[in-house]
Amino acid sequence: MSMSQKLVDRLRQEFGDAILAAGSYRGDETVTVGRDRLLDVLAHLRDAENCEQLSDIAGVDYPQRAGRFEINYLLRSVSKGHRLRVKVDAAEDEPVPTATGLWRSADWHEREVYDLLGVPFAGHPDLRRILCHHEFEGHALRKDYPIEQGQECSRPENLFSDEDIARAARRATAMSTTPSGHQDEVHPSDLLTVNIGPSHPAMHGALRAEMLLDGETILDARTEIGYIHRCFEKEAEDHTWAQVMPYTDRLNYCSAMLNNSIYAAAVEKLLGVEVTPRCQAIRVVVSELSRIIDHLVCVCANLVDIGALTNYWYLYNIRESLYESLEKLCGSRLTTNYARIGGLSHDLYPEFAAEVRSKLNDLVAATDDVMKLIARNRIFLDRTVGVGAISQADALSFGFTGPCLRATGLAWDLRKAAPYSGYEKYDFEIPTGTVGDTHDRIMVRMAEMVQSRSIVLQALEKMPDGPVNLDDRAITLPPKRNVYQSIEGVMNQFKLVYEGIQVPAGEAYGFGEGANGELGFFAVADGTGHPYRLKVRPPCFPIFSAYTFLIEGRMIPDAIAILGSLNIIAGELDR
Amino acid sequence: MAVDLENPSNYLTTRVRQAVNWGRKYSLWPLPFGVACCAIEFMSTVSSYNDISRFGAELVRFSPRQSDLMIIAGTISYKQAPILKTIYAQMAEPRWVIAMGACASSGGFYNNYSTLQGADRVIPVDMYVAGCPPTPENLLYALTQIQERVEREGLVPAAVRHAGRVQV
Repeated sequence: MSMSQKLVDRLRQEFGDAILAAGSYRGDETVTVGRDRLLDVLAHLRDAENCEQLSDIAGVDYPQRAGRFEINYLLRSVSKGHRLRVKVDAAEDEPVPTATGLWRSADWHEREVYDLLGVPFAGHPDLRRILCHHEFEGHALRKDYPIEQGQECSRPENLFSDEDIARAARRATAMSTTPSGHQDEVHPSDLLTVNIGPSHPAMHGALRAEMLLDGETILDARTEIGYIHRCFEKEAEDHTWAQVMPYTDRLNYCSAMLNNSIYAAAVEKLLGVEVTPRCQAIRVVVSELSRIIDHLVCVCANLVDIGALTNYWYLYNIRESLYESLEKLCGSRLTTNYARIGGLSHDLYPEFAAEVRSKLNDLVAATDDVMKLIARNRIFLDRTVGVGAISQADALSFGFTGPCLRATGLAWDLRKAAPYSGYEKYDFEIPTGTVGDTHDRIMVRMAEMVQSRSIVLQALEKMPDGPVNLDDRAITLPPKRNVYQSIEGVMNQFKLVYEGIQVPAGEAYGFGEGANGELGFFAVADGTGHPYRLKVRPPCFPIFSAYTFLIEGRMIPDAIAILGSLNIIAGELDR
Repeated sequence: MAVDLENPSNYLTTRVRQAVNWGRKYSLWPLPFGVACCAIEFMSTVSSYNDISRFGAELVRFSPRQSDLMIIAGTISYKQAPILKTIYAQMAEPRWVIAMGACASSGGFYNNYSTLQGADRVIPVDMYVAGCPPTPENLLYALTQIQERVEREGLVPAAVRHAGRVQV
């Protein structure tokens, strides 16, 4: 009996009839509770069962049911290692109690469910749209919303109202009290509103932050996202399982191979199949190369943002040379579309291993050069040490995963905690920081590149022989010669391409360690060739929700340095 | 054939217009309106391996008031459209626009409720670059195409070149 199953048993003992149903499918445990007991169950799970993280909230629309919406709370315990999905039903316009009092990450996750499905959350402090623009009408992920029905937006939203500014001024006045009781009155007109983005180089083109300044200090800040909301989840419902693959490339476009592999693994989990050992090893190699590329971009962009341009040239050239190998492998530099459900689009080319080994040597030289430039550089240290620090407890509550969580000193990595794709066979360490500041985040990424390099070398060394695709005609395409020479082959190809892989009805959460943290796909299959619902858990969505928390009380240059170290990739953030 | 710069009897005739346009052609200052995947390939185009400065366009300006070539690198959503319009309006004439990649050109494979079906729905575009994303070589080719037009046509303002096509 797994840890998660034991957890369900304990919940049944504790709550009895309040647990309306419990189920297990493909290794995922779920419990259904009523809306009236939802918060009790969630609070118990957090406090008594160590579920420190609310990974995601995924809403699913079933228009024919009385309780139209099913809300899934994906919980995870980092200390105990168990996972659980808590379900609750809600009819249209029926409010669900907010979980914002339990986990800070619930804030944005609930806003997203409200925006895309129209489920109201009672007691939510700031229930506004988050991905669609403020003039949007209706709820896009409802099954009755037509995918092509665009709505124009006339102007950007104002993030601070006069009332907000007045409140901030009162707070600044209160804060200015000296021990002797003297107070400097701050008038609302003393405060300056500064808008940064979305068209600003440090905001990566698609993020917007409005900051309220008292002198140079950021009193209050608000962010707006959704500028490249490209409807990944709606598009997925409109395509077959296999056709979703190129869309996953464009989630985190700095490490498309990771998205490909983790999405393919999520669908394979639903299908109940395991790919061949060679396919697993190749996925590890390309995933780790992607992780290196992603970290290179993050670190070099972060350093450019704080004025250290030289490092950009050193790091970017390595990336360029790794791209050459990826382009040779799959025909494209960024958008690789390399994994397939049940395998890969094709095997490695013969010189791949030798080429990658030599390029990884160049990587060591480049990272060494950069470390020489920054490790004891006074300006770099002044800009990063102690800037944007976050405690472990806050980071967990905000839903941090990946390098940003490891920077706080917690050695949590899904490749070790829940090994997949054969990661247990490789020898590597989990680099951690100490205080979770900008410096730690950069250094964790630098150290992770070394570990990823080691994994790639080990995987190339131990690369098993054999096929890369499953020999299952219900999942992978038949060999071309069968398609050209037999009617069975033609029909096989035709049905797989036009109707899609028939995934048996059920739901599962597939996840892996993306470059930014836990990348998850919560997939609901209804037995057809299309996903009924595909919810992405992008690692940087919860991380960016903590941005305002990290920058309050600091100055704008710090805000820029902090943002770079969080590695927010808009494609993944807005989907 | 080497050019003898020292010989006082060597001279060259040209039209002022041609000489000025020739200089102008290598002085385009790009404004990257980078919003998505294409922006990463724009970074590659600027970095030392592809080196956009070989074409005199390395002076990347993030202020629209200082730039004359907007490169729309990425998907334009309905939410982004008013921002794009404002930034374009802030650029001084003469100005050119490259729509880099499938999304900026036509919406790409995002035919949905949030994606504008091509940046030319809101601002006039001079050059469309195919690819998802286009390679740095593709982008450099588009740049040289704009340069040829600058050399041939001179400083015709966008308002004249695109008269009657798109309302801004």
